[in-house]
Amino acid sequence: MAEREAPGGECGPCRAAPGRETSHVAPVTGAGSGAAPTVPAGVQGPELSREEKLQLRKEKKQQKKKKRSEKGAAAEAPEPGTDPAQPRVAPHPASPPASANVPNDSEKPVGGKSKAELRAERRAKQEAERAQKQAKKAELGQGAGPAKPRLTPTEAPSVVKRLPEHVQVDDPAAQRKLAKKLERQQVPLRQDYGTKVNLFSHLHQYSRKKPLTQQMSIPSTVIHPAVVRLGLQYSQGIINGSNARCIALLEVFKQLIRDYSTPPNEELSRDLVAKLKPHISFLNQCRPLSVSMGNAIKFLKKEISCLPDTLREEEAKEKLQGTIDNYLREKIVLAAEAISKSAFEKINDNDVILVYGCSSLVTRTLCDAHKQTERTFRVIVVDSRPRLEGRETLRRLVRHGIHCTYVMINAISYVLPEVSKVLLGAHALLANGSVMSRVGTSQIALVSKAYNVPVLVCCETYKFCERVQTDSFVSNELDDPDDLIVLRKGQAQLGGWTENKSLHLLNLVYDVTPPDLVDLVITDLGMIPCTSVPVVLRVKNVDQQ
Amino acid sequence: MGAPCLPAARQRSTTRSSLAPPLGVPLADLATRLGGDRSDRRSPAALRYRRVRHSRRMRTARRRRHCGSVREVLGAGGAEMEFQAVVMAAGGGSRMTDLTSSIPKPLLPVGNRPLLWYPLNLLERAGFEEVIVITRKEIQKMLNLDTKMKLDFVYISDNVDMGTADSLRHIHQKIKTDVLVLSCDLITDVDLYKVVDLFRTHDATLSMLMKKAHEPTEVAPGQKGKKKPVEQRDFIGVDDTGKRLLFMANEADLDEELVIKRSILQKHPRMHIRTGLMDAHLYCLKKYVVDFLVENRTITSLRSELIPHLVRKQFSSPASVQQGLDNKEEGRKKKEQSSLDIYSFIKEDNSLLKPAPDNSCWNDHRGDMNETLHEGKVRCYVHIMKEGLCCRVNTLALYIEANRQVPKLLLNLGLEEPLVHATAQITDRGMVGSDSIIGSSTQIGEKTSIKHSIIGSACTIKDKVKITNCIIMNSVTIEEGCCLQGSVICNNAVIEKGADIKDCLIGSDQRLETKAKHVNEVIVGTEQLMEI
Repeated sequence: MAEREAPGGECGPCRAAPGRETSHVAPVTGAGSGAAPTVPAGVQGPELSREEKLQLRKEKKQQKKKKRSEKGAAAEAPEPGTDPAQPRVAPHPASPPASANVPNDSEKPVGGKSKAELRAERRAKQEAERAQKQAKKAELGQGAGPAKPRLTPTEAPSVVKRLPEHVQVDDPAAQRKLAKKLERQQVPLRQDYGTKVNLFSHLHQYSRKKPLTQQMSIPSTVIHPAVVRLGLQYSQGIINGSNARCIALLEVFKQLIRDYSTPPNEELSRDLVAKLKPHISFLNQCRPLSVSMGNAIKFLKKEISCLPDTLREEEAKEKLQGTIDNYLREKIVLAAEAISKSAFEKINDNDVILVYGCSSLVTRTLCDAHKQTERTFRVIVVDSRPRLEGRETLRRLVRHGIHCTYVMINAISYVLPEVSKVLLGAHALLANGSVMSRVGTSQIALVSKAYNVPVLVCCETYKFCERVQTDSFVSNELDDPDDLIVLRKGQAQLGGWTENKSLHLLNLVYDVTPPDLVDLVITDLGMIPCTSVPVVLRVKNVDQQ
Repeated sequence: MGAPCLPAARQRSTTRSSLAPPLGVPLADLATRLGGDRSDRRSPAALRYRRVRHSRRMRTARRRRHCGSVREVLGAGGAEMEFQAVVMAAGGGSRMTDLTSSIPKPLLPVGNRPLLWYPLNLLERAGFEEVIVITRKEIQKMLNLDTKMKLDFVYISDNVDMGTADSLRHIHQKIKTDVLVLSCDLITDVDLYKVVDLFRTHDATLSMLMKKAHEPTEVAPGQKGKKKPVEQRDFIGVDDTGKRLLFMANEADLDEELVIKRSILQKHPRMHIRTGLMDAHLYCLKKYVVDFLVENRTITSLRSELIPHLVRKQFSSPASVQQGLDNKEEGRKKKEQSSLDIYSFIKEDNSLLKPAPDNSCWNDHRGDMNETLHEGKVRCYVHIMKEGLCCRVNTLALYIEANRQVPKLLLNLGLEEPLVHATAQITDRGMVGSDSIIGSSTQIGEKTSIKHSIIGSACTIKDKVKITNCIIMNSVTIEEGCCLQGSVICNNAVIEKGADIKDCLIGSDQRLETKAKHVNEVIVGTEQLMEI
């Protein structure tokens, strides 16, 4: 079925990624579970023959006997916790041969054995000793501090790499945590809808037909009415696109701040952040927040918490609204203007420019370029199912009198020979230089590369993100799978897809274009290669501090 | 069991009253005063249900105290609520005078509950805590409602004939936000969020509820011949999604042909015109519509004037109205100016997509060069129910129909009260059908069979009576050997031995002779007939 093939085909370029994906995920899961010691054992396995193993076992029995007899007298009896089997399971890879200087009685009965046996023996002994030492240290550490700093570095990686909730839908523990958090904030939890393609079972998938308001009282008491409206508009796809969503969000936050009044015995800077939290959770439940929104929220929270206590409530509210307005103007409006100006330089006479989907920035850039110049250029609008956003781009461009051609994404290899530039929008730019954008973008970039057509990406710097992502699987968004159902003469072939157990629909929203497929990123700071994202982020961080 | 729930309810009402002076009777008190005797006779399952509900309520109440509701967040200056609910319960029931001459329409018993209970219960289920009820004084006196919402009664004097729009205008000072207007005769199990979400999502001016009208299967009592009651048909035009309301016309306003303005077809080349839809009289309206009503005093009815006006206004731009004004002759000009344009009431900051006009990729239409939504500022939406119960009780036939449907609805609601009241004394339980409702203190004799019927409280039904498809109100006496079929029997009627009644309406305080035989008749007092 075309419906099923389309999304898979569109993320073609990242098909090669699973290898990379595992490398990306592995450190996280490895650090999380304590399974690391089993791996070296497997590596050591082939080294020891069966005889050696038998020998080892005998040895251990003897050791045990001895230790049991010594137990009464010997000060360093092994802890009951240290299993004698441990040396075999977790042998240390680098065992120095110089450890033979310990004259132990256990060595005598095994005198005159092969080198391998001796080595194995020594290793076993060393491990036992090490285990004892560690046990001792642990005992000490409980009493006194000095042992602690040694333990923390081993635990640290598991703490640092905390996965965000929206990519662990298949983990019941994480979901329970989320449910708890939402209950505390009095925000309903949205139920997942339908079956998911295996590779994406860790992502949320919602149905438009079951909005969050189903579970809420009608005059909404917890969530501000404007936020309820915004959430519905997000989830129904009426406000769509990274910029639009961010602008709408900030406008609603302005309204929220205007309607806010600090309760007695509370501080505005603290209380307001706390009041915003359920609203943000609600919006996140309606549709996962975009990177642009995430950045804006981060900014706003910081601004609120940095408010001086001396301000009166009215002043503080006014100031906050002013900062939001500034953010909107500087980061979005003026940035778009700057990008449109620099992109204008890149458009030459008789250019044929290929655009994909509906990017407000790209559309604006093209319209501006058309207005300002005598240069004639032509635009090819590429579109894809199921949203057919390209039609909106087409409408806007044609309205401005720009000469346009409209093709579907499966025809791009036929139009690319005549294309001189590819101009793409972006959802976000990631720290490793990857471009996250509407699904299909990376396919276009890949084919353009094959045809040697330069790929330019327009993106405001407020959409830059510190995240690193090399593939489209780990962090992505699933749209309503019902969008893929096509009505033909009132009949829907995929109508009962939920009943069919062997059929899964995938309606992927974003994909990730690797940096080597993007020639240039046009930002409000000028034109940069996409690998310079970390630099911009660093400079931005310095600025903010 | 009642003890733990009461403090919470009290507390809430006190906090509210500290915010604003209570305008109506505190409902909890009203309920305890009037219907307090109910609390001690409940089945265990009902008790459990009740407990669960209360614990949830208490939890929310506690939480509310803890983290503060929107009202606190918003403070005094902001909008108080998202919606205000208004129930119109002042209508006289002019289309079923035989019934309403003795009992006012909002008090007509449906499933042994006053008709007004159903819209209120719908609102309560949706989560409303306050409702404005527009009614007449004598109705409120007789009202005995079991609800936890705060009801704010507004009275309309008896001698003034006020339309629904007039009523809304009457209470405009109380209206601070968008309103949800309901008629008191609506019985439905619709998911209210579907109507409200249309309103929210599209930032609509109006969203309303409709349902495919069902043909009355049985003949109403007193109906002569087979001919159907001639209802004026409505023509409803919707777009492809079936949600945008594009066109609305009543047969009465048309002379022989249906005229559709070109401006509609330019914007929506495909329009589905539907007939046979029943308007449920449930409207979500923007605040500015009420403001518009206040200024524009010529509109008296919501359904027949305001709603069609709004639907029409979707396709006339404010500019063209201005031009039209210039061209008109003097006399009409004045008139036009007096009826202000709805556009002047729309507040700009409320419009959809205002923050992001050029940025969103969404568009409601395809195939032309126009902006999203054609820059129309007035937008009307309709939710058409495909299944479920939705009926309006405004004729005798619909009243009978509603009574037939209601047992199912009451069962689905999971109310604490069983269909057969605990105090009813029934000799032969097996003879009472599972879909019958029997009120409190009713006595039913031996070998009496009751099927698909609703029997009020304090009735006496003697032995060997056969009741099928009947509605029997309170304190009715039916003596031995009667056979009742498809009839409505009003309060305090007495039917003597061996009467055989089919498809009749027996008015209040009527007395039927022994072995009387009536088919398809309306038997009411002569004095009432004189009135008509």
